Amino acid sequence: MTMNRRALLKGLGAVGVATATGGRAAVARSRRPVAEDAVGMLYDATRCIGCKTCMVACRRANHLPYEKPGHPWDDPVDLSGRTKTVIQRYRGREGQSYMKRQCLHCLDPACVSVCMIGAMHKSEGGIVAYDPDRCIGCRYCQVACPFNVPRFQWDSPTPKIVKCEMCRHLLARGRLPACCEVCPTGAVQFGKRKALLAEAKRRIARHPDRYVHKIYGESDAGGTQVLYLSSVPFEKLGLPHLGTESVPRLSETVQHGIYKGFIVPAALYVLIGAAVRRHHRQRSVDERKEET
Amino acid sequence: MSQARRRGAFDGSESGRLDRREFVKLCLMAAAAVGLPASAARKMVEAVDHGLKPSVIWLSFQECTGCTESLLRTSHPGLADLILDVISLDYHEALCAAAGEQAEAARRRAMEEHAGKYVCVIEGAIPTKDGGIYCQIGGRTALEIVEETARRAGAIIAIGSCASFGGVPSADPNPTEAKGAPQVLQDRRVVTIPGCPANPYTFLGVVLQFVTFGTLPALDERGRPLFAYRRTIHEDCPRRPHFDAGQFAETFGDEGHRKGYCLYKLGCKGPQTHAPCALKRFGEVGAWPIGVGHPCAGCTESHLAFRVPIHTMVKIEHPTPPSTFPPTTPEHGKVSPVATGIAGLVGGALLGAGFRWARKLDEEESSTEEVPS
Ligand code: SF4
Ligand code: SF4
Ligand code: SF4
Ligand code: SF4
Repeated sequence: MTMNRRALLKGLGAVGVATATGGRAAVARSRRPVAEDAVGMLYDATRCIGCKTCMVACRRANHLPYEKPGHPWDDPVDLSGRTKTVIQRYRGREGQSYMKRQCLHCLDPACVSVCMIGAMHKSEGGIVAYDPDRCIGCRYCQVACPFNVPRFQWDSPTPKIVKCEMCRHLLARGRLPACCEVCPTGAVQFGKRKALLAEAKRRIARHPDRYVHKIYGESDAGGTQVLYLSSVPFEKLGLPHLGTESVPRLSETVQHGIYKGFIVPAALYVLIGAAVRRHHRQRSVDERKEET
Repeated sequence: MSQARRRGAFDGSESGRLDRREFVKLCLMAAAAVGLPASAARKMVEAVDHGLKPSVIWLSFQECTGCTESLLRTSHPGLADLILDVISLDYHEALCAAAGEQAEAARRRAMEEHAGKYVCVIEGAIPTKDGGIYCQIGGRTALEIVEETARRAGAIIAIGSCASFGGVPSADPNPTEAKGAPQVLQDRRVVTIPGCPANPYTFLGVVLQFVTFGTLPALDERGRPLFAYRRTIHEDCPRRPHFDAGQFAETFGDEGHRKGYCLYKLGCKGPQTHAPCALKRFGEVGAWPIGVGHPCAGCTESHLAFRVPIHTMVKIEHPTPPSTFPPTTPEHGKVSPVATGIAGLVGGALLGAGFRWARKLDEEESSTEEVPS
């Protein structure tokens, strides 16, 4: 899907109008409801054996190049412009746990909120999708994501943002996300978010001694569609305390409020501009008169 | 199976025939060994009942008979059973009782009688220099014989690396300009079963499929049956966990070597070699090079075997993650929405300042331009 110039200008125009009017944003932006058809994934770290089959399958399914071509191993240590998922390990006082790093597909994603051109967008089933044909390469999404997920292809002449899109190209063909398809232990599973949430609760209820009594993503950062279960505190896995409000709900409220405050100076600016322009015109008319 | 029957196997006598029950068992075993369904065994029995034993003509050229030797060591089914009961081996220089003119006559007779239906197996490379005079049988060059025999064959199978792509005889400086069967028979489909020696069960699988269904298996772009050559040695190697853990034998006989570590640094070609050896080994005792501590030589790959020195390391074709783990990233600070708002403000101010500065530059430029005029 390419965006033509017209649509782009229209979009920018809308941004301008919204900015100028300040919208109704002075009131905190309302919470996004969870769509009925929201899909998701459940990663149960206690079931993960660290086999990394998911990493191999992800690379293959998404036609991603190897992390270090020519190297004997394919060993990304973190997400990157070549890697959409990586298995990490925590070992410490709290025990040991694997961690599958990938996009969490936030219900109300910061990456989508900051994307001025709609390249990062919520698509079918609430999947946070990326459209490289719209992307202008500003990398705001990278900065905005509270989980540091989107990555930029710094080494490409035609760089794109790289992040998990829940294998929507496979879902469209009636298949499962590659990582969920290959996982030998069912540590990462695909399904409707609602069902996965119920399943996660059931697991905690059945094995209260195995799990931290929390489902990360149920409401963290406004809720995510990829949910996590773990036996060690989630901060140890690199999933920070973010509160239950989504980042954009707060930042948009603040920013739109500020923009609304801009109306007075903006109007003043327009007035001054008009005066200067008039004066300037008058002067050139006078000059021309002098010349003749 | 008695030695007597084995000996009787090649003269075509009926003395060593199995009874029907044993024969059905043999067919079942053969089908199972090469991964054909049980129904294939029934079809085999039916085919033989109808007297439809396919005729096989086995040509030997620049070779060491290693492929024949490896085939002779199969026991599920044994070659003797195979030749006697399932196929009719009408010509094989190393195995046939006849010799000289008699043998050549047998070949020609089989070609006449089974024209368009017999299986032509080629073992060994074919020299092409000086009209192919460097390998002759009965005064005729290998080139002539292979062209004549392959022309009327129902299926052509090149067994071993020599027949598949030239193998040892074609190694530098290749004094006889030896070539593989696919290079000589360019207009024909040749099933290649490279390997030094070829895995006998791959060969049996192809022959039995042809016998039973009259079809050939799916092949890769070099004519190798995918059922056996789809994966690399490295993918199924029992030493693979050592590779993933970075545990290597550095020299022959060092501690790592004695502990059975990965042989990659000793030049193992497993990562680029497509072959089933790791799963289906040799000599009915599970022997294979990596098993006895020698790196894979890449014998099924025309770009490796007899071209890249045995102890030279190769690139990994499909790298996968090692068995080590990066740590979970440390917590990173919260992004406060106020900070985002302030950042937006600062960014806006900077943008505005930049714009004005650019305007100023423009003005300066135009004023300097005015000076000379
Ligand atoms: S985790 Fe980051 S990239 Fe993924 S949806 Fe949320 S904000 Fe966007
Ligand atoms: S859903 Fe697809 S893109 Fe996302 S981590 Fe799994 S395999 Fe990779
Ligand atoms: S495939 Fe499953 S078990 Fe293996 S590392 Fe990935 S999530 Fe864990
Ligand atoms: S490099 Fe060779 S020995 Fe090592 S795991 Fe691969 S195939 Fe096996």
